[in-house]
Amino acid sequence: MKDWPLFEIFIRSKNGLNHKHVGSLHAADAQMAIQNARDVYTRRNEGVSIWVAEAKNITASNPDENEALFDPASDKIYRHPTFYVLPDALKHM
Amino acid sequence: MEHSLEEIFQKKVDNEEKIEARDWMPDAYRKTLIRQISQHAHSEIVGMLPEGNWITRAPSLKRKLALLAKVQDEGGHGLYLYSATETLGIGRDELIDQLHSGKAKYSSIFNYPSLTWADMGAIGWLVDGAAIMNQVALCRTSYGPYARAMVRICKEESFHQRQGYDILYTMSQGSAEQKEMVQDSVNRWWWPSLMMFGPNDDASPNSAQSLKWKIKRLSNDELRQRFVDMTVPQAEILGIKLPDPDLKYNESRGHYDFGAINWDEFYQVLAGNGPCNKERLAARIKAHEEGAWVREAASAYAEKQQIKNNSKSVA
Repeated sequence: MKDWPLFEIFIRSKNGLNHKHVGSLHAADAQMAIQNARDVYTRRNEGVSIWVAEAKNITASNPDENEALFDPASDKIYRHPTFYVLPDALKHM
Repeated sequence: MEHSLEEIFQKKVDNEEKIEARDWMPDAYRKTLIRQISQHAHSEIVGMLPEGNWITRAPSLKRKLALLAKVQDEGGHGLYLYSATETLGIGRDELIDQLHSGKAKYSSIFNYPSLTWADMGAIGWLVDGAAIMNQVALCRTSYGPYARAMVRICKEESFHQRQGYDILYTMSQGSAEQKEMVQDSVNRWWWPSLMMFGPNDDASPNSAQSLKWKIKRLSNDELRQRFVDMTVPQAEILGIKLPDPDLKYNESRGHYDFGAINWDEFYQVLAGNGPCNKERLAARIKAHEEGAWVREAASAYAEKQQIKNNSKSVA
């Protein structure tokens, strides 16, 4: 038999925090993916909320394009507060 | 100067950068990972069998709950590892086929029988103890998805070892017969546990490459020595004798010396001639085949729901 679709699993560990990717599993549909995620990823109070997304619906950036995507950020040091040298007397800034 | 993809890859590994699923990697690195991680996954799944054997015969409800939880964890660990393997571009069905056809291996330790309740203790203490020794090192493995699965597994695994030791410790405080059961069980599980770390370094041809790629972080013999050093004092607390006349603390090395391992037995079990090889595989195949209708029913239900939802959205 063919594999069930692959779902990526995201868990919110407690309210106030983001859902975070924890792994993946196969399931017949999204509802079953949530049930199985509950059994494998939250057996020890690791979560209060579960998101599942079918892996084929996720579009990922290509690591070969990392230079073009992410390098421009490294030469823009003026975006960081430490770039600006101000008088020592200045407080609360 | 232009660097080859392989040089760039090795430099990343040397700098302790993790390799992720879509990054370029040498074919041999990918193949080694698929073999190692899937073997690890199969071991978790087959490893449920010797313990499943005792769930209905646990001596109390407390012991039964703990054992059930441990076996359930192992199913989960198998899943984490299968998922990590699949990120390398191989399907779950293919992995399962490789296990069932005998093409893929699993840890030899699970081809030994669990004869008494004390074996549940010895498996937790020694077998899980040896596995943890290996898995803690693998939390720093170079392949990201494998490392993350290992971190998750290690968090859960320490309960396994403690519940095993708790079983043995309780029995070691009991009747003469119970003490005898503990000793007998350790006698049978000690040497196979030492074999879990694999052949000696000089007989392990792929180790050097795996260490260079940082798939492995410590050699087989280093891990085995650490395990022995850790375990001997724990055996003393149980008041048992580890079955090795050559086991002795070596002042000058700062480690315990131990006797030669019977590698002939190891290779015999690996080749399929252990006490339970056939039984274990047969049990896996039976469970898979007899579960087919459940998988089919779930697929049929999912399809039906899909059709229902579609017709709703049209109306």
